[in-house]
Amino acid sequence: MFQKNYETVFILTPVLSDVQMKDTVDKFVNLLKEEGAEIVNVENWGLKKMAYPIQKKSTGFYVLVEFKSLPTLIKKFELEIRRDEKVMRFLTTVLDKHAVAYADKRRKGEFNKKAEAKEEQA
Amino acid sequence: MTLRNEPINRVENRKKYCRFKKNGIKYIDYKDPNFLLKFVNEQGKILPRRLTGNSAKFQRKVANAIKKARHLALLPFVADGLK
Repeated sequence: MFQKNYETVFILTPVLSDVQMKDTVDKFVNLLKEEGAEIVNVENWGLKKMAYPIQKKSTGFYVLVEFKSLPTLIKKFELEIRRDEKVMRFLTTVLDKHAVAYADKRRKGEFNKKAEAKEEQA
Repeated sequence: MTLRNEPINRVENRKKYCRFKKNGIKYIDYKDPNFLLKFVNEQGKILPRRLTGNSAKFQRKVANAIKKARHLALLPFVADGLK
């Protein structure tokens, strides 16, 4: 079975201290590493205001994890996320080749120019 | 010859084009709300193709991305005065 590219965005409750937040993120990242996944990128978007309140909270700590792994690992990973009540919401998506190309460009920061180019044309 | 009165509220008559095909964009990112805001009206509802001018393939991708963004609370399900 060959490895697919995935990306997971999850939202942690803002109530936690920074240390707890960092531990939670590291917990998931280490879980992935132990299972043989290859972490491509981890981004903390930090505390963001949410469009609608989740669990009576209007802000959340957003974390993005991009990784390559076997498809079988996803079930275990998501089970772990569901078990942890600090995570309010998560979304795992598979990345096809266009998405991977987009993610690489986004990481290299080329995207601000492209966004502006599109603004003028649109 | 058929008499066709000029549509009064025709906002703009220019040929609509699919901005994704034109700019060669292949992937629509659900994590980027201010780009998706272009395809959503004041109340946060997804705009139909006849207004956005998207091709069917990319309209489906946009709708899919908007629903994912809503799930992650990047976009509201219902809003007033969103823009």
